[in-house]
Amino acid sequence: MLDISRRPLPPAASPLDALAGAAKAVPAASLRALPASARLAFRGGERAAGLAGIAFGVELPREACRFNTASGKLALWLGPDEWVLLAPGLDPAPLFEGIEASLGSEPHALVDISSRSVGIELSGARAAFVLNQGCPLDLSTAAFPVGMCTRTIFAKSEIVLIRTAPDAFQIDVWRSFAAYVWGLLEEARREFE
Amino acid sequence: MLIINCPWCGDRPEIEFRYGGEAHIARPADPATLSDEEWAEFLYNRTNPKGRHAERWRHIHGCGRFFNAVRDTVSDFFVATYKPGEPRPDLKETQP
Amino acid sequence: MSGSFRTPVGGRIDRLNPVSFSFDGHFYRGFKGDTLASALLANGVHLIGRSFKYHRPRGVISAGSDEPNALVDVSRGGGRTTPNLRATQVELYEGLAAESQNRWPSLSFDAGAMNDLAAPFLPAGFYYKTFMWPAGAWKRFYEPKIRAMAGLGRAPVEADPDRYTQHYAHSDVLVVGSGPAGLAAALAAAASGAKVILVDEQAELGGSLLAETEATIEGKPAKDWLADTVAALAARDNVTLMTRTTAFGYFPHNMIALAERVTEHLPNPAATLPRERLWQVRAKEVVLATGALERPLVFPDNDRPGVMLADAGRTYLNRYGVQPGRRAVVFTACDAGYRAALDLAAGGVTIAAIADLRAAPKGELPARALAAGIDVRPGTAVVGTKGRLRVSAAELAKLRGEAAHGLGPVERIACDVVLMSGGFTPSVHLFSQSRGKLAYDPALQCYVPGASVERERSTGACRGIYGLTAVLEDGYAKGEAAAHAAGGGPVPARELTAEATDTGTDGFIGATPHPRNPAFAKAFVDWQNDVTSKDIKLATREGFRSIEHVKRYTTTGMATDQGKTSNMNALGIVSEALKTPVPQIGLTTFRPPFTPTTFGIFAGAARGDLFDPVRTTPIHGWAAERGAAFEDVAMWKRAHYFPKGGEDMHAAVARECRAVRTNVGIFDASTLGKIEIVGPDAAEFMNRIYTNAWSKLEPGRLRYGVMLREDGFVTDDGVIGRMAPDRFHVTTTTGGAPRVLAMMEDYLQTEWPDLKVWLTSTTEQWAVIAVQGPKAREVLAPLVEGIDISKEAMPHMSVREGRICGAPTRLFRVSFTGELGFEVNVPAEYGRAVWEQIYAEGERHGICPYGTETMHVLRAEKGYIIVGQETDGTATPDDVGLGWAVGKAKKDFVGKRSLARAAMSAPDRKQLVGVLTTDPNVVLEEGAQIVADPEAPVPVPMLGHVTSSYHSAVLGRSIALAVVKGGRARIGSKLVVPMPDRAIEIEITDPIFYDPKGERLDA
Repeated sequence: MLDISRRPLPPAASPLDALAGAAKAVPAASLRALPASARLAFRGGERAAGLAGIAFGVELPREACRFNTASGKLALWLGPDEWVLLAPGLDPAPLFEGIEASLGSEPHALVDISSRSVGIELSGARAAFVLNQGCPLDLSTAAFPVGMCTRTIFAKSEIVLIRTAPDAFQIDVWRSFAAYVWGLLEEARREFE
Repeated sequence: MLIINCPWCGDRPEIEFRYGGEAHIARPADPATLSDEEWAEFLYNRTNPKGRHAERWRHIHGCGRFFNAVRDTVSDFFVATYKPGEPRPDLKETQP
Repeated sequence: MSGSFRTPVGGRIDRLNPVSFSFDGHFYRGFKGDTLASALLANGVHLIGRSFKYHRPRGVISAGSDEPNALVDVSRGGGRTTPNLRATQVELYEGLAAESQNRWPSLSFDAGAMNDLAAPFLPAGFYYKTFMWPAGAWKRFYEPKIRAMAGLGRAPVEADPDRYTQHYAHSDVLVVGSGPAGLAAALAAAASGAKVILVDEQAELGGSLLAETEATIEGKPAKDWLADTVAALAARDNVTLMTRTTAFGYFPHNMIALAERVTEHLPNPAATLPRERLWQVRAKEVVLATGALERPLVFPDNDRPGVMLADAGRTYLNRYGVQPGRRAVVFTACDAGYRAALDLAAGGVTIAAIADLRAAPKGELPARALAAGIDVRPGTAVVGTKGRLRVSAAELAKLRGEAAHGLGPVERIACDVVLMSGGFTPSVHLFSQSRGKLAYDPALQCYVPGASVERERSTGACRGIYGLTAVLEDGYAKGEAAAHAAGGGPVPARELTAEATDTGTDGFIGATPHPRNPAFAKAFVDWQNDVTSKDIKLATREGFRSIEHVKRYTTTGMATDQGKTSNMNALGIVSEALKTPVPQIGLTTFRPPFTPTTFGIFAGAARGDLFDPVRTTPIHGWAAERGAAFEDVAMWKRAHYFPKGGEDMHAAVARECRAVRTNVGIFDASTLGKIEIVGPDAAEFMNRIYTNAWSKLEPGRLRYGVMLREDGFVTDDGVIGRMAPDRFHVTTTTGGAPRVLAMMEDYLQTEWPDLKVWLTSTTEQWAVIAVQGPKAREVLAPLVEGIDISKEAMPHMSVREGRICGAPTRLFRVSFTGELGFEVNVPAEYGRAVWEQIYAEGERHGICPYGTETMHVLRAEKGYIIVGQETDGTATPDDVGLGWAVGKAKKDFVGKRSLARAAMSAPDRKQLVGVLTTDPNVVLEEGAQIVADPEAPVPVPMLGHVTSSYHSAVLGRSIALAVVKGGRARIGSKLVVPMPDRAIEIEITDPIFYDPKGERLDA
């Protein structure tokens, strides 16, 4: 890139801006739009995953459907050679460059998907009950413990579901499905208003 | 709704998966050497058995991986699932 | 008569909580805990409906979900109106308003009852026979009339205002039914520590124990044992108790569908609560404790209000404190009739007589009836009833001999209720739905569960076990076995001994003998469908042998009833008529739902805006604010056109097209599918997947790619940029994005796992803003940083990375319009802001937002195809003029071998051509056929069809694309598009109508 006088970034918009602003406080099933996050899709073999974990600062989990977390960053296992690296509040570009630099010629794929999806946090005593109105998985803590993450289904949308606490989940959903998922979650938690 | 055992993610509901047709039909290494009849056989002909059927599934709304399964087309129960590249398991007919 | 049939004490109703309700506009009183049926009976109301076909007066037969008769319409006003509810299941609440159904002008005087007199002309299958002449009259006349006369309640026309929710749940052990067997099973499974769900369709747990006044369990009165057991289960964390919840469907791999009625029983439910919930429960093990259904006896006029099942009569007394009448005649084939008679006698009802089909009833209960001084008549049948809207007498006759059907003189005995009991039929509906095989038990004269298919066990009466101790022991054992199979811990031994009088296992199936003229006697087998024993015999005389055929011909056991009361009696009648044992006649299939289920529960939240995801782009809001018309493309909403000041689509599109050709247009292309293909083998993968050659494409360059299926036909296309030696930015069609990615993953994972390359969907990462037209560069130039977009530095089909309006961008120089064009890719969150800045800059150059319709016209003027419009899954690249994009030097790519088949290069294949109508004002219809001579004898040879057709504002005439057999050789020739009103003359042309040399692209 040429050395240029950079204009400021234009204002960013999320499909959840209006919805989250209008959301009611429902302690049993609290809904929150998560702030912007750097998201990098990382693909590659065992050696590449090791190097990427060092560069990212969070080891990439090798156990299926688990995430590791350190200093606010998350490394999600989504497939046997697929991880998503989440860094809330960080600029993806330097993260991207840093990981690319550390991988060298080790075969891998790193793709910036920061804008592809948005994050939703659902928390409260009835969070699992609300999620189970669209998600077919067993969300008991025995079957879906804290530290688990997976791609799955929420009604007619695909989501990535992350359990960060016994009564707290993060949902990562593609932008154009976000309003639909949010609307269904609102509908599902109505009885706890 | 069926339960399908993903070789990576474990038991998951059917709606996370997509069916992928009969398994163990490899694309010929050099299609140009095949006669039209041989190519048609590869493209179109499938065994469609009544009973044990080796088939491909993809955990498309999960880990995204393709894998193979032996399913009984009469009972709709899965006998086994296994990773691609692994041979079809030698299963006794008496197994559930 | 209000309250006059209510006993002074007893029952489980809450006498401190009176409830007022109305039926057909009359107001009555009942108690909390009543059903509508029990409350009506307490008020002496037995006439509750008119029957489906004959409009005969009907009352309450049962006390549960097997009720075929007492169907009512319950309304809370407007869309909150539900027809065909069983009065036996409707819980009373303050202000409940119910109406009878299928009667006009009133329930007691119903004009439709003339159908009853016309009954000889309405036999089984009458609609196949009677109303067939004259031709056409069925649809015009008979069917509407019959539909108006027959039938049940009416659905409301208003939208349903209630909420319904859907839930997934998981359990180790799911127990269906909370009678003694189900409770015992739940106790055992709960003790193992397993996660247990116990469901029951009734308002209270307990099943048959709710009407039990005499038995003791573990030394306690049944009522107390029940209360203690429910409390013990409720106290456990690993147990979920669900009442008012019907297990209505058993689906593969132990998925059980439950319908939970959340607010139906509440007078003023909170608006936040769903009316019903659909539960999809995945259980490791299922215990079916669904009990048995009492079987009616099939005798003439057994449908008169006041005729009911004996155990139902007992339930009304014991559970609801309601006498079903003052003076009862009991007609029975088993000891259950005696138990009911004894309980009713103790409750103050006069038992006028017990007619027992059996010649010599033995056992404790008949002995007790005799000892109580009841007039017991062995070897006797009820052969008819009298009364208009309510039974006033029963007619009894003595049976002479075993099978001769000889009968003694008829004796009339006054009564206001007839209790009947033909024994019990195990409720095997769910077991049958689970695909388990049923086995006929000749001793019990019923089908019982045989071999299981799913991980499921039946226990108690639903598998033909009746004695209370045996039922409890069986339930506990089955609960323990289920818990063990589900991985639960050890279960302590528990002796669930009960003291209860055994009602035995006697029973009767079929029609009981009577002396009446069979042509006029109506002995009902299926109350809900108005099927009599005569109808079933008629079906066998007309040649029907299988019960499946008899069912379809007579409608017995069909519809919402699913054979609950009727099944075994129908089998018995067919068996006797054909002199064939029951098992050889077969058994009809039990289908879900077990009882009728609302549509709302299946819709759940999927209605209105939440019916489907409505995918919108980051720029959608801008287009919506400017009044764009939208069209659905896959799940996306795309701006179709931007009408100004009352323009129609035609005018708007013409204006938009001219703007792009003369100045500049801006178009939201964000829905284009995008895939990032990264890895050292990326180019090799591209070579194998696309027809084109990719190895030599330089980073920073774009190429149009064509993708085939293995059968050689075009499946997708798109422009692909090489961002780096190991990185491609692929675009796909909007609708094709998921399919293309899935196909790529398939080849990569299963055919070429050795390739070091990975695929990531970036469709939603990028907002895509197309800026197209002669002034496109002027618009973008001041906004772009770090990219030289001059003609020389950035030629057509190139890509650069830099910034635009401050946002990072991948800037494509590409055109789908034939004009100088750019596609600005920016991270999605900046899409709208960048769009607005480009638009603001563009206003000085006359920029015009355009939609998908204009995009279609512009590309058609240039002869660019749209996959799925010019192609239909049978087009090769050459067919649609893309032969140039096939890398013939490549050894292999997906679909290459198929292209080598002789048929794929036959000269008469349909080929893409342009079409111009002789009359430039005529716009052809897309899909219209093209022929050489419309006057040719039929079938007229079809040469091809129109694939795209528009009015071109720039060309001032209509244009069309078509696929025509041997089309390229026909260029210049005249053909015809035949339409219903005329034949349209056309000329076949080259498909490129505008700027054929492509000079504008390189501007």
